[in-house]
Amino acid sequence: MPVEIPKDKWPGKIRAVTLGAIAAEGGTRVKTVTVGGQASLPFMHFETLMPNKPVIAIEVKDRKPDDWSKLLEEAWGDALNDPGAWAKAAEVAGADIIMLALSVTGADGKPTTPEVAVAAVKAILGATGLPVIVNGPGQVDLDNELLVPVSEATKGERIVLGVCEDKNYRTIVATAMANGHLVTARAPMDVNLSKQLNILISDMGMPADRIIMDPTTGALGYGIEYGFSVMERLRLAALQGDAMTQQPMIVTPGFEAWKTKESKVGEGVPASWGDWKERAINWETLTAITLVESGADILVLRHPESVKRVKAAIEELVTV
Amino acid sequence: MALTGIQIYKLLPQTNCKECGFPTCLAFAMKLAAKQAELTACPYVTDNSKKQLEESSAPPIRLVTLKAAGGEVKAGNETVLFRHEKTFYNRPGIFVQVKASEGADAIKAKVSAADAYSVNYVGIDLAVDGYAVIADGGDFGAAVQAVRAVSKRPLILSGKSAADLDPVLAILAGEKPMIHGADATNWDAMADLAKKAGASLALVGDNLEALADLTEKIKGKGVEEIALDFKAPGMSQHLALSTQVRRLALKNFRALGFPIISFADGDNGRDAVFAAHAIAKYSGFIVLPRFAPELLYPLLVLRQNIYTDPQKPIQVQPGIYEINHPTAESPVLVTTNFSITYFSVANEVEGSGQPAWLVVCDAEGMSVLTAWAAGKFDAERIAKSIKEFDVASKVSKRRVVLPGHVAVLSGELEAELPDWEIKVGPREAVDIPSFMKQAL
Repeated sequence: MPVEIPKDKWPGKIRAVTLGAIAAEGGTRVKTVTVGGQASLPFMHFETLMPNKPVIAIEVKDRKPDDWSKLLEEAWGDALNDPGAWAKAAEVAGADIIMLALSVTGADGKPTTPEVAVAAVKAILGATGLPVIVNGPGQVDLDNELLVPVSEATKGERIVLGVCEDKNYRTIVATAMANGHLVTARAPMDVNLSKQLNILISDMGMPADRIIMDPTTGALGYGIEYGFSVMERLRLAALQGDAMTQQPMIVTPGFEAWKTKESKVGEGVPASWGDWKERAINWETLTAITLVESGADILVLRHPESVKRVKAAIEELVTV
Repeated sequence: MALTGIQIYKLLPQTNCKECGFPTCLAFAMKLAAKQAELTACPYVTDNSKKQLEESSAPPIRLVTLKAAGGEVKAGNETVLFRHEKTFYNRPGIFVQVKASEGADAIKAKVSAADAYSVNYVGIDLAVDGYAVIADGGDFGAAVQAVRAVSKRPLILSGKSAADLDPVLAILAGEKPMIHGADATNWDAMADLAKKAGASLALVGDNLEALADLTEKIKGKGVEEIALDFKAPGMSQHLALSTQVRRLALKNFRALGFPIISFADGDNGRDAVFAAHAIAKYSGFIVLPRFAPELLYPLLVLRQNIYTDPQKPIQVQPGIYEINHPTAESPVLVTTNFSITYFSVANEVEGSGQPAWLVVCDAEGMSVLTAWAAGKFDAERIAKSIKEFDVASKVSKRRVVLPGHVAVLSGELEAELPDWEIKVGPREAVDIPSFMKQAL
């Protein structure tokens, strides 16, 4: 029986965004990473080939985190105490990108200083040739206080500064524009809010191929279906030609999964949850896979074993 | 796909006789399209039209049911490509595989453990749906008997030839199992077997044209309940075929309008990854190669999540909940009525061993941050809940703990509740026990 395969032909496509700059482009990266550029829904190779595959960023911190799971501490060992060593270990573990998430405070409890932030970024840039994302601690004043000097100290590297949110984006966008960097734009699980923030950032004069959007996601069991559907809707809007939803998407399954009890702790939980380590890895990996299927371009992960599994899955999914 | 009102109108008598109770045939057609009227209300519709309308109203993906004394698994009847368009209806059945070559004792041990497995997620008990028994050279009859000795749940019987499967069907008399493994070489005998046993039949192949030919032939033999197994070499091809079949089915291509059955396999967690992919993208039956709680739990949760109706987030009743027998001295904690939020918080408070009052505000079923962003969880609503549930009469110390994510509300809440102390708790539920010990 003849079967006519239904193929979608979309008027729009996702913007290609390149992270990092090599020496010839004014940076020091050994290689750059380009995401986006798709003209079809994820992995629909029978319609159009995917020009760039989803990539993995590994999250590192400027100092050993106080509240990370023991499983993560075991996985990274001494590297946790040194952002450069941590970044190097992340590269060995298979990262395409290093994401530095700056801490709110130092080990002494005092707010992280610009000097510490710049030193951590420099250490990472020195230790690895991969593109870098730098996120502030997530507090408006502190974000601006740290990200501006980081931005200035790394002029031309095409790092990604984050996170722009509707209540705080101007300072970050301005410094990214002045120093040749990119930004991430995060809106709380809502198609229109994502689009609106992209517009606000573009209106400041930031070229659209320097914006990556974070649609915000929940972990498996903690609202992943909201992120999943918002991402599917954003991707459909983008392909239908809605220009301000055509940014590549970055998601943070590592952060989301490792704050859940299922991943974080091994004691005082039901026996039906099974082996802690394997469950924790599954939690992070399955959160990531579900989001890859709904259109994620950059996945920020924490555990090296999850990185291995998600990378293997992406390789399978991009095989034509 | 269902017909539109205009398409239905063309099949009606167009006499506007009003005997159906609607003023015009067009009005009646619109009601039919919206499923708010029954075709039987029209006394004059022709048999030919009736047939067309009935065919078009049949679900685009055939409902396939497996049944046994210990339960029922349904897949199919789906109507959309993306869950946000409406919802996904029938959660895929999750089966654990056993091979005849494993031997009866090993099978019994494995199935007993899997059958006893139950895990609670947001107040719902989740479990394995059934087992797939593979005829791989060992004593197949003994294998099926071993499973039936310890479990009453529905079975999938998988083998290469009808002759292997036939003898064991007597063991499953009165059940509706699925027979797996029909292909171009054996479909005839497999279809006869399925017909005889009252079973559904899974068809294997990765060529859609060949599969469509075979489903027509199998239907011709009187077997209506069919499932498709693509046996795809990798996830990329599996995703492409699953998507193509779903799209074709929704376009009313009946020859492929069947649920998909997928076997997860591979080492180093690849089985978990593949099963997750199958849940997200259209499989109706998923067979796992092994039983392990740390594999089942995340998959069962993912299945709940993806198949939640997007229009109806799971909510709990707003109110004041007592945890660990609180007294007038116990602290008051506030959260929203999104079920995942409620259960995360309630479980932690319970686990802390400390008594507390948990005030669940009506935030329209949203989590703390989402509700706050949407204006459904603000100082006014929290204050209203505190008053409505008469919290003041239950406690001696007027102190309320806010979720850390909405610390910004503490000022406004002080204004709304002037005689209460407002305290900011942790952002994540997992940190509640240590917070309660140290700060309360």
